[in-house]
Amino acid sequence: MILGVVRTLVRRDLLLAMRRRSDAATALLFFMIVASLFPLGIGAEPNQLRAIGPGVIWVAALLSTMLSLGRLFAADYADGTLEQLALGAAPLGVVVAAKALAHWLVSGLPLVVIAPLIALQYDLERPLYGVLVLSLLLGTPVLSLIGAIGAALTLGLRGGGVLISLLVLPLYVPVLILGAGSVAMAAAGLAPSGQLLLLGALLVVSAAFAPWAVAVAVRIGIE
Amino acid sequence: MLEAAGLDCERSGRTLFRDLSFGIAAGDLVRIAGPNGSGKTSLLRILCGLLAPTQGEVRWRGAPIRRLAEEYSRHLVYIGHAAALKDDLTPSENLDIACRLAGLHAHRESLAGALSAFAVPALPVRKLSQGQRRRAALARLLLSERVPLWLLDEPFAALDAAAVRSAEDLIAQHLKAGGSVLYTTHQQAALDSRARVIDLAAQ
Repeated sequence: MILGVVRTLVRRDLLLAMRRRSDAATALLFFMIVASLFPLGIGAEPNQLRAIGPGVIWVAALLSTMLSLGRLFAADYADGTLEQLALGAAPLGVVVAAKALAHWLVSGLPLVVIAPLIALQYDLERPLYGVLVLSLLLGTPVLSLIGAIGAALTLGLRGGGVLISLLVLPLYVPVLILGAGSVAMAAAGLAPSGQLLLLGALLVVSAAFAPWAVAVAVRIGIE
Repeated sequence: MLEAAGLDCERSGRTLFRDLSFGIAAGDLVRIAGPNGSGKTSLLRILCGLLAPTQGEVRWRGAPIRRLAEEYSRHLVYIGHAAALKDDLTPSENLDIACRLAGLHAHRESLAGALSAFAVPALPVRKLSQGQRRRAALARLLLSERVPLWLLDEPFAALDAAAVRSAEDLIAQHLKAGGSVLYTTHQQAALDSRARVIDLAAQ
């Protein structure tokens, strides 16, 4: 039954995203625009672009994820569905994990898919594409999971959007350093496996613990 | 089945009720009465576990609901102020999802049957009127006949006479089948004469 609830909830959130495509497109477009403006602003100096590329792409991915966090629980909270989710047949931790998964599918996965295209503008060497995609694949779910904590804590607060950024940004820093660092490492000709393994560890730890923190925060939010 | 023991509720520094105790058995119909702001909704939310009482506890078949968590919520349906419908989905998608999340499996025909019993049109919820939204929310009760405890916050608000009647019939059937219903209302309903009253104004 618990798996059924997860499947229903993920399908519901994907369906809602499909019915309201512009929301999901905004975050993706933001990512593409930010990452594409840097080469234009800085100038076409290949060595410089290669040096800043991974960092810029990672920062843009981080900001774009943050842009979509506000929607994670706010709509469900406003129309009363969040209460019903809290009264559902599955533990609330499972419910919010399913919501974080749906959030990643809508706003994280497209970034991973489109990142190689963006990386073209930075003239990254071919072996780096794989590392970049892998680091984003491991890192963006962590951004969704940690972001869910911030989104749940700011439920129903006025000016919650600013507060989410302040709460979540410090927690995003390790992901950013490890993610961008892995690509920089590979660019320097070293093995990026250390950073990637640490990112994987972050993913495992946040997948195990973040949902329960989110569940507690949601309970407080709907009281 | 359900037992409230010494409930205190304080919201934003104001005491709504103090030392409220009562029990609800199978087949009971209970109306929570009181003027606006007397804590009717808060009491319902405490009873379904969404709100923690300042003091006291709610027990379901002898066990505190805080500990039972979703074990308890599987035994109840709560229909609150908000209709809990997604604007971008149709009523039947909404109902299907709500049932699945509650661990119930409804067939396509029974979903359609429940919605047509409450005369809900098959439009996106965004295009429905207030009363139609309310009906769509209440249609869930038709699929929750086996769930013993119904907690209904203003179930008759914004409904026309015909819809009120079908909601009342539904409640009467549920009681006959051994279920319990707690509700709040400001309107006169035919059910009121049969209901036991918990009056929060007397607190």
